[in-house]
Parts: sequence; C-alpha cells; structure tokens
Amino acid sequence: MIAYITRRLLLIAPVLLGVSIGSFALLQLVPGDPAMILAGQEATEEVLTRIRHEHGLDQPVPVQFLVYLRNAVRGNLGISIQSRQPVATLIAQRFPFTLRLAFLAILVSAALGVVAGIVAATRRNSMLDLAALLGSLVGISLPIFWLGLLMMLVFSVRLQWFPAGGSGTATHLVLPALVLGASSSAVIARMTRASMLEVLRQDYVRTARAKGLREQIVIYRHALKNAMIPILTVFGLEFGYNLGGAVLTETVFSLPGLGRLIVEGIFARDYPVVQGAMLVVATTFVLVNLLTDIAYAFFDPRIRYE
Amino acid sequence: MSDPARAAAPRGSGFWADTLHRVVRNRAAVVGGTVVVLFIAVALFAPVLSPYDPLKGRLGERLRAPSGAHWLGTDELGRDVLSRVLHGARITVQIQLAAVGLALAVGAALGLAAGYIGRWVDQLIMRLMDILMAFPGIFLALAIIAALGTGLGNVIIAAGIFLVPQFARVVRASVLTLKDMEFVQAARALGQGDFAIVFRYLLPNSLAPIIVQTSLRMATVLLTASGLSFLGLGVQPPSPEWGAMLSNARSYMITAPHVAMIPGLAIALVVLGFNLLGDGLRDSLDPRLRE
Repeated sequence: MIAYITRRLLLIAPVLLGVSIGSFALLQLVPGDPAMILAGQEATEEVLTRIRHEHGLDQPVPVQFLVYLRNAVRGNLGISIQSRQPVATLIAQRFPFTLRLAFLAILVSAALGVVAGIVAATRRNSMLDLAALLGSLVGISLPIFWLGLLMMLVFSVRLQWFPAGGSGTATHLVLPALVLGASSSAVIARMTRASMLEVLRQDYVRTARAKGLREQIVIYRHALKNAMIPILTVFGLEFGYNLGGAVLTETVFSLPGLGRLIVEGIFARDYPVVQGAMLVVATTFVLVNLLTDIAYAFFDPRIRYE
Repeated sequence: MSDPARAAAPRGSGFWADTLHRVVRNRAAVVGGTVVVLFIAVALFAPVLSPYDPLKGRLGERLRAPSGAHWLGTDELGRDVLSRVLHGARITVQIQLAAVGLALAVGAALGLAAGYIGRWVDQLIMRLMDILMAFPGIFLALAIIAALGTGLGNVIIAAGIFLVPQFARVVRASVLTLKDMEFVQAARALGQGDFAIVFRYLLPNSLAPIIVQTSLRMATVLLTASGLSFLGLGVQPPSPEWGAMLSNARSYMITAPHVAMIPGLAIALVVLGFNLLGDGLRDSLDPRLRE
C-alpha cells in the first residue's frame, strides 16, 4: 500500500508542476506588456519600471517562474490588482463556500444516483430501468445555468419555498446543491447500474443466492459493496466537475464563491486573482483524485499490484 | 450472440451495410439522429425559416408573450425570439464543428503518436494531457478565455482545447489495442511502413470509437460554449447565441420567463440529441458491448 501511494505521489508531482507552469503562463499568454496589464493602460513609464521591478518582470522568464513557484508554495499568490488585497486572502474567503457547495452536490448525487442505479440494475429492462436511463440522459443534457433558472422560477418565485439567491442560511444552499448535483447524479446512476450488473453476474452472487439468502442481503451486503468500488473514482472526478459547475451555479444564484471570484477577475483583468484561483482549483482537483485513487486501492487490493 | 439485428442482416451484405443496419435498429441512435438532422437543417435554412430579422426589434413590442404574430414571443428589445433561436442554431453548429474539428485533429494526432510510438513520447504526451485535465470542467476554457479574450473565435479555441485530452485518450487506447493484433503484425511482417500501418490499419479501425466520441463531444462543446456565453465570457450580444440570449433574459425572468426558457430548452434538446446519438452509436458500433 505504501509503495502504491509513493508511486501515485511521484506521478502527480509533474502534473502539479505543469499546473503551476500553466497558471504562470496565463499572464505571459495575454497579448501586451505584463507590466502594463498589472499597472493599467494609463501608467507612466516610471510606474511601469517600478512595477516591473516589484513583480520581477525585469528578470528572465524562467527566473520569474521559479520566484512565482517559491512564493506559491509559501502561500503567497500575489496581490489583487483590483482590491489590493493578497490573492491568498481572497481565495481563503471564497473557496470554503465553493467546496461546501460541491460537497453538498456530491451528497445529492450519491443519494439520487446510487439509489437510481441500484433500482435500474436490479429491475433490468423494466419500466423503472428505462425511466432511470432516460432520466440520467436528460440529467446530463440540461445546461446547469438553465436548470438553475428554472428551479429558481418554480421554487423561489412561484412557490416561494426557497430564497432566490444570496447566501447565509442553509436554505440558500438547497437549490444550488440540487442543481449542481443533477448532472453528477445522472453520471453516478449510470455507473452504479453498469457496475451492479457486472457484479450481479459474478459467481459469488450466485453462491449467495444458492445458499438461500434473502435477495435484500444478496444485493446490499454482497453485491453493492463490491459494485461501489469502481464508483468511488467517479465521485472524485465528479467532485472536480462540480467545482467547474459551481462557476455557473454561483452566477445563477449570486453566491459568493470562488467561481464568481474567477469570473469577476477575468472581467476586471485582475490576472493575479485568476492565476491564483486556477492554481488552487487544479491542485485541489489533483489531490481529490489522488485520495479517491488511494481509497480505490485500499478497497480493491488488486489495483495496488498493477 | 443472439443479437436480433445481426441475425436479421442479409447475408453477405458487407461491413458498412451491416453496421448501418445495427445503427438503424438502435432506438436511441435513431431518435438522437433525427434530432441532430433536424437541428442541422434548421441551422442551414434559418434565414428562410425565420419570420423576422433576428437582430432588429420593435421597441413597441417588447417582452410579448407567445402569440400568432410571434410564435415564441419577443425579447427585451422587441426582437422575435423564434427567429433568434433559429439563427442561434447556425452559430451553435459553427462552434460545434470548429471546436470538435480542432479537438479531433489535435487529439487524434497526439493519441496516435502516444499509442504508436510509445515510451517517452507516450509519457510526455499523456502527462501533458493530465495537466490539461487537472483544470476541471469549465476551468480550462475559462483560463484560455482569460488569456485570449472573449468572442466567437476564442470560444472555439477554448472549447476545442478543452476537449483535446478526451480525443487523445480514446485514440491512444484504441491504437494500443490494435497495435498488437495479428493483422497489424502481419502488415508489419510484410514490410509495410509506419505511415501505411497508421493510416491504412490503425486509424480506419479506430473510427468507431472516434465517431462515438465526436457525437458525445458535440454535446459537451455546446454546454461549455453556451456556459461561457452565459457568464458573459463567450459570444457577445447582440449575437443570438443561445447562452448569450439566456444571460440577457435573466433580468426579465419574472415578467417574461419565456425569453430565458426557450434558448435553454433549445440547448437541452440539441445536447440530448447528440448524447442519444452518441450512446446509440456506441451500443451498436462497439462489438464488445454486444451480448
């Protein structure tokens, strides 16, 4: 197990390095002089020289990157052009909210998706199975922003069950979590169904049935436990997609998360904020996937020896 | 092996006829395919089908509900929503074809190189793909837009690059399986060069997974591109791009919900169509899935 974890850690090191090069390169890719981008169009030559020196822009690019990387590792992601606050502080204020939203969405999709998947698999080719299949296809096809507006229209404006936007109380998060969890639910339902069908074909399930065990026990104690293992990895991936989807959900419901921070950062050309937020999101996603992979290897020893 | 489609196929009908037969027998593929064909027809004939100019509105007829004169009502500038949705299909098809084309060309080339050459080339390319995929969901597209700016061309580039890893992985996986198969080994033994092996044997035999991916990714591109436009970071108004239409209409959600709901419904329908087609094609083209 330790060998497996070490191998996985060695594999993500170049990815994390690449991710930091990517977010560093963002400012380099923007057409124009980086100093002018940081200082604004009307900056005098004097100011530009000072900015270049302050940000190390007068250094060769590889040196700039090493400085950027050193600072990032120490938690210094630069200063926001717009608010003059440290980027790390802004992210620390906004990211917990997005993480919570993405986590709630995963809970929604675990509840909806796994149940729908089990029902579909155990009643294969029935009307329920067909309904679950169709439902999951519709689930992955609906644009998040449209589903969000639709839910808002029905549950906030017409029925007035939930607030239409903003944050603060738990009720503010119900609709966003449902909207964000909808497409993950669909993906997880499909995975659960496929995985359950695979497991239900195995010899040990036949043995369990032959022993005369009740169907409930066969399905929940024997089959589901093993069927859930491959679904674990999907949860990791879906968590990442939910971070992405959160950008749209936060916009629809006017929520103060990291997604809004990035979008506002792009509008304001506040590149340090965009760079920092991208770096944090990608690193989080890589680490979440590492954790799910380790969990996968823990539950399924075969993976460790591949 | 008791596949009804296969049993029903006329004997000696050939590979393509047999394949077409299986696709037509697949209900999902037929329904999805119909939606896709209708959508492309609408995009082609939008100028003929549209009752009004999509960009010109009459301020006296703002935010009208659907009626005989305006089947889908009018928007906040008095423009006909039906005409805008129809013209939006044109923009959508452009984005989809260009972005998926870009992703397919770059991704397939990278996947072929990684799978066929192997070793350090494979390592290098796949680690690069891992880095691209480390920016989850729409974030990669957002990063590209942040660097390049908004607009139709940059949306295509952003959505295209976002999908490159998906195509690279599918093609690589297919090449890895094919590379060791006997017919490829035989071709090599007969003295065929790398070029011939790649283009005569590996690529044609990878077509099925590539076609399936293309259909599924047409759906992903639409969701990504319209998402960018919804955020205000994609195609800009007054263009009748569906995401941009929806974004504009948000301010009138309570008084005129149809203006926001209709473009969203169009996105959902087209995405569903491509997803159904992709799923159906996978079920009918991939022999491993047949039981």
